[in-house]
Amino acid sequence: MKAPKFDYIKAESRSHALELLDQLGEDGRILAGGQSLMPTLNMRLSQPGTLIDINKVSDLSGITLEDGVVHIGAMTRHVEVATSPIVAKHLPLIAEAMKHVAHHAVRNRGTIGGSVALADPAAEMPACILALGATLVVESINGRREIAADDYFKGLYETAREPNELLVEILIPSKKTGEVSVFLELAQRHGDFAMAGLACVARVSNKTFEELRLVYFGSEDRPTIGTGAIAAVIGQTCSDECKEAAAIALANDLDPMTNLQGSAAMKLHLQKVLTGRALDTAVERAEAT
Amino acid sequence: MNKETPITLLDKPNSYVGRTLSRDAAKRAVAGRGRYTDDIMPARTLHAAFVRSPYGHAKILSIDVDAAKQQPGVALVMTGAELAEMCTGPWVGTLVCFDGMKSEPQHPMAIDRACWQGEPVVMVVASSRAEAEDAAELVTVEYEELPVVIDKETALDKDTPVIHPNLGDNLAFEKTIESGDVEKAVADADIVIEDTFTFGRHTAVSLEPRALLAEYDPGTERLTIHTSSQCPHMIQTVFARTLGVPEHNVRIVAPDVGGSFGLKIHTFGDEVAATAAAIKLARPVKFVADRLESFATDIHARENRVSGRIAVTKEGIITSMDIDVRSGAGAYSQYPRTSVFEANQILNITGGPYAHENYRAKTQVVYLNKVPTSQYRAVGHPIGNSVGESLVDQAAAACGIDPMEIRRRNVMHDDSYPRVSAAGIEMRDLSHQQCLETLVERMGYDALLEEQAEYRKKGIQRGIGIAAFIKGTAPGPAGYYGAGGAPISSQDSCTIKLEPSGGVICMVGVTDQGQGVDTVMGQIAAATLGVPMESVRVIEGDTDAVPYGGGTYASRATAIGGEATYQAAMTLRAEILEIAGVLLQAEPDTLDIVDGHVVDKGDTASRISLAEIGRIGHFQVAELPNHIQHTLSATHRFRLKDALYIFTNGIQGAYVEVDTDTGFIKLLNHWVIEDCGRVINPQLADEQVRGGCVQGLGGALYEECVYDAAGQLQNATLADYLTPMAGEMPDIEVAHIQTHTGVSELGAKGVGESGTGAAPAVVMNAVNDAIRPFGGKVTAQPMSPETILKALGKV
Repeated sequence: MKAPKFDYIKAESRSHALELLDQLGEDGRILAGGQSLMPTLNMRLSQPGTLIDINKVSDLSGITLEDGVVHIGAMTRHVEVATSPIVAKHLPLIAEAMKHVAHHAVRNRGTIGGSVALADPAAEMPACILALGATLVVESINGRREIAADDYFKGLYETAREPNELLVEILIPSKKTGEVSVFLELAQRHGDFAMAGLACVARVSNKTFEELRLVYFGSEDRPTIGTGAIAAVIGQTCSDECKEAAAIALANDLDPMTNLQGSAAMKLHLQKVLTGRALDTAVERAEAT
Repeated sequence: MNKETPITLLDKPNSYVGRTLSRDAAKRAVAGRGRYTDDIMPARTLHAAFVRSPYGHAKILSIDVDAAKQQPGVALVMTGAELAEMCTGPWVGTLVCFDGMKSEPQHPMAIDRACWQGEPVVMVVASSRAEAEDAAELVTVEYEELPVVIDKETALDKDTPVIHPNLGDNLAFEKTIESGDVEKAVADADIVIEDTFTFGRHTAVSLEPRALLAEYDPGTERLTIHTSSQCPHMIQTVFARTLGVPEHNVRIVAPDVGGSFGLKIHTFGDEVAATAAAIKLARPVKFVADRLESFATDIHARENRVSGRIAVTKEGIITSMDIDVRSGAGAYSQYPRTSVFEANQILNITGGPYAHENYRAKTQVVYLNKVPTSQYRAVGHPIGNSVGESLVDQAAAACGIDPMEIRRRNVMHDDSYPRVSAAGIEMRDLSHQQCLETLVERMGYDALLEEQAEYRKKGIQRGIGIAAFIKGTAPGPAGYYGAGGAPISSQDSCTIKLEPSGGVICMVGVTDQGQGVDTVMGQIAAATLGVPMESVRVIEGDTDAVPYGGGTYASRATAIGGEATYQAAMTLRAEILEIAGVLLQAEPDTLDIVDGHVVDKGDTASRISLAEIGRIGHFQVAELPNHIQHTLSATHRFRLKDALYIFTNGIQGAYVEVDTDTGFIKLLNHWVIEDCGRVINPQLADEQVRGGCVQGLGGALYEECVYDAAGQLQNATLADYLTPMAGEMPDIEVAHIQTHTGVSELGAKGVGESGTGAAPAVVMNAVNDAIRPFGGKVTAQPMSPETILKALGKV
């Protein structure tokens, strides 16, 4: 199929983009990497009046480390994140997750900001930034606003970003000493949307979980913190019983969606399996450091 | 065992036959110089888009096209009723060889009623595809939804609606074949195993979708259609008849074709519509199916449920097999090849490698409100092999016999041909025993069993699968199509010519879709004539140029077209040598042709070049005596005489690892030992087998066209319909046993579908081997993670 008619405006600067967003409101759609938007346009699932292309806005991309916080511009492409020495050293969770983000061709064009702004429930980056306690920076003509990742994901493709706001930057605390992370994903073919997935950040001492963050994706309508599972494990020494307790608690944390990949029951089962594996791996990695 | 075969021209040292050469088209395609149908863009070309039924079954109450006609760029808006006026009548997808088969007449576009989601209802033709789609959105069709029939199991129940009331019920076809005495064999057996297997719908997913460019010249009254087709002559005949254009005024050209897999041997209503538009407007009209349309309108295949039973002695000797097949077709039987071949082929081949004499197989094929089904690579074989080979494995487990050993005890013996199988089909020139022993060696079977046991101790569950198979290739005219009344040729021909320059033109009815048919024909021609490959040009895929033939389907190109090419080249060779004999004052049978030169047999010194023969033969014919009136061209036709097929055989092995916590399957290794007779080009034969395997593995693990209860296709995108990708595929080791077929001098059988036919069976057996210690068993394909987890009782 061919895309329906739409207007196209290339934003010359950040402020130009914000002005356009403000004028066009719901009718304007930001074109970043286009890896999700273009297929929906071509299938006529989405018929925006105007595409606002931000690819030429130069100050929206780049990766820097400032005072223990990694700043990633929204237009930074996946390939840049995947190959960044800063990310490799200070955000090992994201470095590990990047291998699961689609394929080379998609990573060459797709952007981290596009992924986070779209909030696809099966996407890796939203889960990672929630696990890492990141902050999302959005701007409108009225100024700049910071939103904690915890408050950002509202539902299926729904976020706290207002229609006139542009996601400009993601601020992610760099890895603290003693912190370990694990990223696990189950997809039938490499690069497919996840059936189930888990981003885990932990501090482990003598096999005991002192700090733990478990964020599930692929099964829920948005990346979801496993509050009960975390509570069941925190302060505990990793054991079969501890993992079983986490699995039991997880049934209350998650409410998986049945889809073509499988039933809700299967997805819950897979998330339980991943939880046990993530806890084991976190302990292994803590012991290896 | 390789039968004694005479040494021929093809067996000379350095013969092109039996040698790996890269495909002619490969370099061109890699350089971006492929020329597919959509690359051809005559001036003033218009583009067709279709309004398609959004419902699985609905009455069409009214159609309003006024707004669409007013849209910019729109040249024509045509309804099904208007199209029907340009056609000679609806299609009826039945063949007389399928006794009692019935199908509702089908118009190219729906008129009063749409019977599947995606059926074309209105065509819009405009200056661009985008404009046509914009206008199509403004067509208003008022529908009244009708009840749908989606489940093949209940399609024949009394309270299920009948899709086509004129037919009386939803039954398309039923058939039973029986030999020996199954009930007695079952009663006498030591062990009887029964099981039920289900197979999801697939579709072909060719990289290049269906594509057609129709041009009509009112001056010459010629209709020229470029189309991505495997069977140009069949398209010529069907389109000529359907649109009432004299057949000799219709030219079909298949330029480069980007994969086909059986999809492109069929006729589709939207393609007829676009052609009708070209006639009506006297302008070129192009239709290229997009991926969504491909999923929703290309033929589907494989939807079957099979209940099967095997009886064995405690020594593992098979005494009988019987199967009951419920096959889910679409809303109409696909014209002209029908929607019942898959079921029929399951009946023909299940348990086909084995020597048992008691067999009963029955099927009912039922209509459903889904896309019509028809032939797709290895028709029926993935199903029949999965059923038969799983039953054999289960019997082996019950007897406590190794899966390889039970097959060793039951396969037809290599010295027992010709013979007739329990399904009543003639088998000849097969090599089950040699293939099996070769597989044992290639797999390192005993070591693999030990390795598997070691992994089990570590909690890693690996499985080894074995699946023997037969494969029907190169169907003959006594069987189905021609005899059944369809305008589909089972013969194929080659016209070969010596040019004045000494170059050779070789025009063949068989066609290339990327597998290298043209290269293989060139190799046969060059080897037979004794000329360099570079001096041979193969022309295929143009009904104006090549002799009438069936094209490429059912693994027939090399077996049928190759023999025609060989025979034509032999005749041309004789003409050349006769002329050379006259010119050289030598007996023709003392001469040979080597590297484009006539030589004395056993020598390599040129006595006269083919260029000189060409020059004299075409320009200086006065140098030849009057009785030599050679045209320096020859046409030869080949077809099977009495046989239904040239059956081939082989055996596959698979090694997999199953994650019993997640239900994920990792394919570790795959082996195929097969017997396609004489191998012309080893690399191309291997790649056919590998690609075929991958397509089979896709069906076994990932692919399924999922319909909901309302008849809506749920996964018509490549994000949701999972095809196999290179990253998940195992290395596939291929070996060929070459038992030449006795029906031709070339000795080649078909090879294109042998990978597909047994790959699902061997992987299902391997998965079941891996999970058997946990009491798990999978009998449904695709084997999704959820299927595995359910089999293990984890979900």
